[in-house]
Amino acid sequence: MANSTKFSAVETQKTPALPASPKMSVIAPAIAWLIPGAGHLIQKRWIRGLVLMASISTMFVLGLLMQGRVYHPNGGDILDILGFVGDVGAGGLYIVTRMQDWGHGAIAHATADYGTKFLIVAGLLNFISVADAYHIAIGKKP
Amino acid sequence: MTLELSHFSAAVLFSVFASAVFGVTQRNTPSEQIRYGLYCFVMFAGGVFVAGWVMWLLRH
Repeated sequence: MANSTKFSAVETQKTPALPASPKMSVIAPAIAWLIPGAGHLIQKRWIRGLVLMASISTMFVLGLLMQGRVYHPNGGDILDILGFVGDVGAGGLYIVTRMQDWGHGAIAHATADYGTKFLIVAGLLNFISVADAYHIAIGKKP
Repeated sequence: MTLELSHFSAAVLFSVFASAVFGVTQRNTPSEQIRYGLYCFVMFAGGVFVAGWVMWLLRH
């Protein structure tokens, strides 16, 4: 009991790689895609999960506030399709954005172009986060 | 609510968040993660300054 109270979040970061768990290797990436950082949180990587969640979510929200363009799957243009692939990486954030009809279909001013890039990169960073959650789940990374 | 950031502040915010994710996902131990995150931030922010000066030189 005394040991468990001393178990800090920092020590969790030093946890050695766990043996591969087939169930977790599917659940963790799926949850990580849906909610940025959650794939790490369910594997008790608290600090990593919170940093990823804060970074990716803030970046996505900033993109929306900067009136960035939210790409749709039927854009037609190849660059629009690539933009959609980036956006959809944000998972639940993208789904909620589309459901609420947030974001803009066209760029209105110069800084809105930055907003578009923030949205795309937030999604792409979440893809990296998903891969990292998977590597932790299969025991490839501590 | 809308947000209109300057080019520089947008670039700095981009650098901070991208570096944080790179640091966490690309290294294993906390000290390595912090070091790599800082390295990425310096590279991003430094790249902005270098690109800015290159554009200034091209303009003049």
